[in-house]
Amino acid sequence: MNARTPNDALVEAVPTVEFTLDGKTVQAPAGETIWNVALAHGVEIPHLCHKPGLRPDGNCRACMVEVKGERTLAASCCRSVSAGMTVDTQSDRAKKSRALVLELLMSDAGVASADHTNESELTHWARECGVDSVRFAPREADYAAPDLSHPAIAVKLDACIQCTRCLRACREEQGNDVIGLALRGSHAKISFDADEALGASSCVACGECVQACPTGALMPARDAGLAQITKSVDSVCPYCGVGCQLTWHVGPDKKGEDVIQFVTGRDGPANHGRLCVKGRYGFDYVRNPKRLTTPLIRRDGAKKDPADIDRVKRGEVALETLFRPASWDEALDLAAGGLKRLRDDALAKGLRGNDIPLAGFGSAKGSNEEAYLFQKLVRQGFETNNVDHCTRLCHASSVAALLEGIGSGSVSNPVADVAQSEFIFLIGANPVVNHPVAATWIKNAVDRGATLCIADPRSNALARRAKWHLAFRPDTDVALLNAMLHVIIGEGLVDEDFVAARVNGYEQLKASVAEATPERMSEICGIDADTLRKVARAYATSRASIILWGMGISQHVHGTDNARGLIALAMVTGQIARPGTGLHPLRGQNNVQGASDAGLIPMMLPNYQRVANAEARAKFEQLWGTPLADHLDATPGLTVVEIMHAASEGRIRGMYVEGENPAMSDPDLNHARAALAGLEHLVVQDIFATETAILADVILPASAHAEKWGSYTNTDRLIQVGRPALAPPGDARQDLWAIEQIARRLDLPWNYWQAADGDGRLGAEAPVARAYEEMRAGMSPLAGVPWSRLAREEAVVTPAAREDEPGDDVVFIDSFPTADGRATLVPTTFKPGPETRDADYPFVLTTGRVLEHWHTGAMTRHASMLEAISPAPLVSLHPEDASALGIAHGAQIDLSTRHGSVRAIASLSPDVQRQQVFLAFAYWEAAANHLTGDAIDPFGKIPGFKVTAVRVSAVA
Amino acid sequence: MNAPVQPIHLVRQKRRQSGPEPVDAAVLAEIRATLGAEADVSRRDLLIEHLHAINDRFGQLRTDHLGALAQLMRLSVAEVHEVASFYHHFEVVRPAADGQWPEAPALTVRVCDGIACELGGARDLLAKLPALLGAEVRVVPVPCVGRCEQAPAAVVHQHPIARATEQSVKAAVDAGSRTHEPAPYLDFEAAKARGAYHLLRQCLSGERDVESVIKTMESSGLRGLGGAGFPSGRKWRIVRSEPGPRLMAVNIDEGEPGTFKDRHYLERNPHQFLEGLLIAAWAVGIERVFVYLRDEYHGCRAILERELAALLEHPPMRDMPTIELRRGAGAYICGEESAMIESIEGKRGMPRLRPPYVAQVGLFGRPTLEHNFETLYWVPEILAKGADWFASHGRHDRKGLRSFSVSGRVRDPGVKLAPAGITLRELIDEYCGGMAEGHELYAYLPGGASGGILPERLADVPLDFDTLQPHGCFIGSAAVVVLSKHDRVTDVARNLMAFFEHESCGQCTPCRAGTTKAREIIASDKWDRELLADLSQVMRDASICGLGQAAPNPVDCVIKYFPEELA
Repeated sequence: MNARTPNDALVEAVPTVEFTLDGKTVQAPAGETIWNVALAHGVEIPHLCHKPGLRPDGNCRACMVEVKGERTLAASCCRSVSAGMTVDTQSDRAKKSRALVLELLMSDAGVASADHTNESELTHWARECGVDSVRFAPREADYAAPDLSHPAIAVKLDACIQCTRCLRACREEQGNDVIGLALRGSHAKISFDADEALGASSCVACGECVQACPTGALMPARDAGLAQITKSVDSVCPYCGVGCQLTWHVGPDKKGEDVIQFVTGRDGPANHGRLCVKGRYGFDYVRNPKRLTTPLIRRDGAKKDPADIDRVKRGEVALETLFRPASWDEALDLAAGGLKRLRDDALAKGLRGNDIPLAGFGSAKGSNEEAYLFQKLVRQGFETNNVDHCTRLCHASSVAALLEGIGSGSVSNPVADVAQSEFIFLIGANPVVNHPVAATWIKNAVDRGATLCIADPRSNALARRAKWHLAFRPDTDVALLNAMLHVIIGEGLVDEDFVAARVNGYEQLKASVAEATPERMSEICGIDADTLRKVARAYATSRASIILWGMGISQHVHGTDNARGLIALAMVTGQIARPGTGLHPLRGQNNVQGASDAGLIPMMLPNYQRVANAEARAKFEQLWGTPLADHLDATPGLTVVEIMHAASEGRIRGMYVEGENPAMSDPDLNHARAALAGLEHLVVQDIFATETAILADVILPASAHAEKWGSYTNTDRLIQVGRPALAPPGDARQDLWAIEQIARRLDLPWNYWQAADGDGRLGAEAPVARAYEEMRAGMSPLAGVPWSRLAREEAVVTPAAREDEPGDDVVFIDSFPTADGRATLVPTTFKPGPETRDADYPFVLTTGRVLEHWHTGAMTRHASMLEAISPAPLVSLHPEDASALGIAHGAQIDLSTRHGSVRAIASLSPDVQRQQVFLAFAYWEAAANHLTGDAIDPFGKIPGFKVTAVRVSAVA
Repeated sequence: MNAPVQPIHLVRQKRRQSGPEPVDAAVLAEIRATLGAEADVSRRDLLIEHLHAINDRFGQLRTDHLGALAQLMRLSVAEVHEVASFYHHFEVVRPAADGQWPEAPALTVRVCDGIACELGGARDLLAKLPALLGAEVRVVPVPCVGRCEQAPAAVVHQHPIARATEQSVKAAVDAGSRTHEPAPYLDFEAAKARGAYHLLRQCLSGERDVESVIKTMESSGLRGLGGAGFPSGRKWRIVRSEPGPRLMAVNIDEGEPGTFKDRHYLERNPHQFLEGLLIAAWAVGIERVFVYLRDEYHGCRAILERELAALLEHPPMRDMPTIELRRGAGAYICGEESAMIESIEGKRGMPRLRPPYVAQVGLFGRPTLEHNFETLYWVPEILAKGADWFASHGRHDRKGLRSFSVSGRVRDPGVKLAPAGITLRELIDEYCGGMAEGHELYAYLPGGASGGILPERLADVPLDFDTLQPHGCFIGSAAVVVLSKHDRVTDVARNLMAFFEHESCGQCTPCRAGTTKAREIIASDKWDRELLADLSQVMRDASICGLGQAAPNPVDCVIKYFPEELA
């Protein structure tokens, strides 16, 4: 565990004091609590309201100890040791007091607690304190009725001891602020919002309260917490880029089959035990009956019709009418055969590189090893660079700007560095929804005094904590950022030394923003000039300012310009290369960083070595034992959107799609789906019959995250281990195995999965380690992280040059990884995008995600609890617009753009601006990408998902 | 709350399907208007003030109003609701199943059921008033309203009625009496004419220096008159030595049953208190002062609002510290110094664990000088007459003056300024005109509800700080409730334990659960003395604050001094 924890830097050297503990003279840091010191000396004092990691509160009084000379006993969890103090933890008086406290609590909640959980800390400590009978009358039976209104969490407050661990977890850890302690005295009661039923409250179901509860008053729903657990497997969350470590708790279901019963957070560097709703409750998709369990081959005569997607999804057409089951051998032969034929025909015609009519989409949800082998398959086997994945739809423009500006596409500092920031600039990101645990570090930082500025046309749950929320007009980021640069330069707030030592292009930048006065830019972006000045000053002058951004920056046709502006801000102020500063594009998927690192992008080999670079190609020829130069073109391959265009034009005729769902995620779906349907040969490897799979020739049933080994790299460049908890259902197989099977059928001499590793059904460590070690040989940042170290340490931050040292969590400290070691500024000017609003399309549509649903919903919409919480496509609409349009909360509405239309449900919310609507793209019922256009950024090749002109109307 | 809440997919689907509903714009506008244009919604510490504004306007707190307030103040709904639901004077209401809000009661008559009023016949009033006043009027028992010398006391909305009878309450209801117009008192002009703020000017002009003022306070022997008795001069010196900015919090949350001395002086001479306050602020170097007044003292609030405005208009000093008047909301626990600080910060009134002490880490985390009203009230007089004047009083080897709030079975109850160390018998005979007609001394409470119960045979013990501890009692705020042979101390103990249970903040186990269990155990005729002894011990040893630590006193005293009642 070598990444810095958020609090490390706050800990300063403290003097040691000497005092007497149970008759022994001991030393401890001043300010340490008696409870902690006792524990360090082998005495675990009874405790209920105290849980390491939470702020000690001292309310339960189960930890009372005697301090010599004091009238009353002291709560050891709260009382600090001081020099000369004499503490007796085992005096009769203290022991009796603790026993009485336990007896009182047992009379209130003991019976219920023993009933609701197998791990009651209350009954445990009562036993330890010798409380074997209870003399007090039980608490009044009407104290609280059970609340089973929530799909994931059962509330049974008859077991509650009012210790407020859940409250502190909800408010002080997760910062969700849903739980309160209502009423008072013996009526004091844990409550949600204004004492709503949990299911009707604003609870975001992070489950931190359940994890914190010592008595079973808050438990997983449907008694999952009482299930028999046969094994607990340490792994990492399959969803977002935060990279939370967790433990799957596996036990038999009613039919005796192993399932994940519940999930707990682990103390990983990125999450320290915290999880969000997806990580904690989004696990049962793995056992959803709709999982693909056998290879499928398109039936003869079953035409590929994009309209089948909705028909299958609606249940009007059964998947079996389009596909027939097949053996793996038949399916693999057919899958690989089609690809091979297209390749060989093209090669025979003398076509090379981009002209080979094949492409592959890998996945940022897969492991590093899968990403690495997949890109290797395309490059070595398809003999083209036409390999890409959904990073193209996420941060491609950010990466383009970062590579151009500072020579590296990864983050400079981990998210948790916000704990050391004085000023946090969060732009175009909604981490509360998309990176929930990362958002908790931001909330914690603000609660401890950091200043937060949010720049986003939409509001979000963090805005309550922000000093400024700059709700600028959609698509005017460049104007906003240039105004800030203008102020910083104009007011002499530039870090001249940093610029002189480490930055190129400052004079050009200065000239380019000379006219971008706050007043002028204010007219464009809609934020008043005075506020722009204040924010610019605050960013430039704070002790440490960090910039975090998301798709709100990148998913624009000028996304690269947006990111250039952010880079320029950090460079001219020198707010980088120190703890608490820097540039952090919040990575979306659990392994989008790793997949890009591993070369799952068309222009680069692993570790961002450009395909045009002959030296780099030579290195991989050596590593792969294949003379690539003969075949592999030095020109970069096509990107996601370009591949779709090429497909519709017939230049791409065969594709292998592993774990991606372009028929939902790509812009202008009507066009994209038609392009996919027009392919001669489409192989889809996935765990569900995704929208894309419905258009396939061959569907290979794959393994879910919780069924396989693999390494994953989070947004902080932290590489971590995923382990299998379950066997794949039916005849579903390991992705790594299937990729290799295809490769072998394309005549590649691969030998990762060996006979001893099984038939490809169960997860195996050895082939993953083999793939990893080969990848590591081509990637210098992994030099110090052999598989053995990874498996041992669970998490290593990269780059890590040496095996015996931690990796670098803050990078660019002395120089940037560019040719001259200096950053280069690229000036930008504001230009309106192609999606102009007019009388026909007067609103702006922004697409994105909701908390409960991941990406295209392939996983989460098959997760029962997530689906129960968030079952329907909601369009956020400003209440005033709604009333002008005669639209009620919950009413059906139509959204139409120049590209398509969908029907969804209106959810009135002041979080969107007037004339702005928001729709998540996870819902096939209202697939948001029917509405988006496919105009792309010229550098990052990313579509402008954030801005589409749209018409909103009530359903007649 | 007996029926289990149904699983969401059965009853809540519609709501979930469309996401959380935003706060209604009209409700938001209504709350904004209710708070007024001047209201500062960015200050979290004003939450309770804002809740009062809404509660005053609507007679209750609707959950949608709480949601709107939360949005305006950028707080979470839970943060607002947990505070609102903590205080007895706020009634949080929810919509019925059909979405309709319950009607706020047209009028509420509160009948004090504190110990003095219970002795004075409050139970009888409570039994008879509802039928007499009709369904329109809600009649509720409330804990001590600080009018024990007028027992039984009733309050029609905010209009107090002394020695209430069914007829007098009915008459007040019918006459439309709803507010409390204070009796004539020394206002700013009158007080100035009598020399108020002269001493303050002496301090400011250099005629007196800080050191001499603090020395005078120290040698006068004045101790904190809220009940804890911490030497006042020493407190000034301690807080003064802490780094600035320093704050002051003044405790007029006079809630200890039987106590009404602060109200007595405030209703007569507010500027003697305010001058004392300003002198203390000057001596200690205080930037901001918060005066926390219990909500039940509506007349006092009117006086303080008026006189603080007058003071602001004619400030007796340059750079006068800001003085903010804060309104309690019905919580005895907020008389506890750290709970009061939490309440001033706009939070639930839950005491803090100490250390750190409020002198170091108090209001808003700053060093804080906290004083009871009466302590400050005596400051100008002590400075004017000298430390020796105050110390020259006293009996039975005790020094100083005490303001005894005497109630119960005496002929002439009221605030009695008497020498510290006076005995109960002397106090009754010399200051109260003897026992009430037909009553014979049986027992007494020397220090309100918390101070324990002593038998008649201990009526000759000097009454002062430190003198009653050997007897398992303390004087606290010097609220003396006199019991006669018509009374039973077991009933008194039940009344007091019910009070403590009602007023426990609920934070710590010994007090939250202990007061309930104790009340249940003593409800029967046979008390389980062994269990009560165990309970008493854990409450004393392990409760966070004085409420839980002192709550067993009455029960322990009954067992110790009145075993015959338990036989």
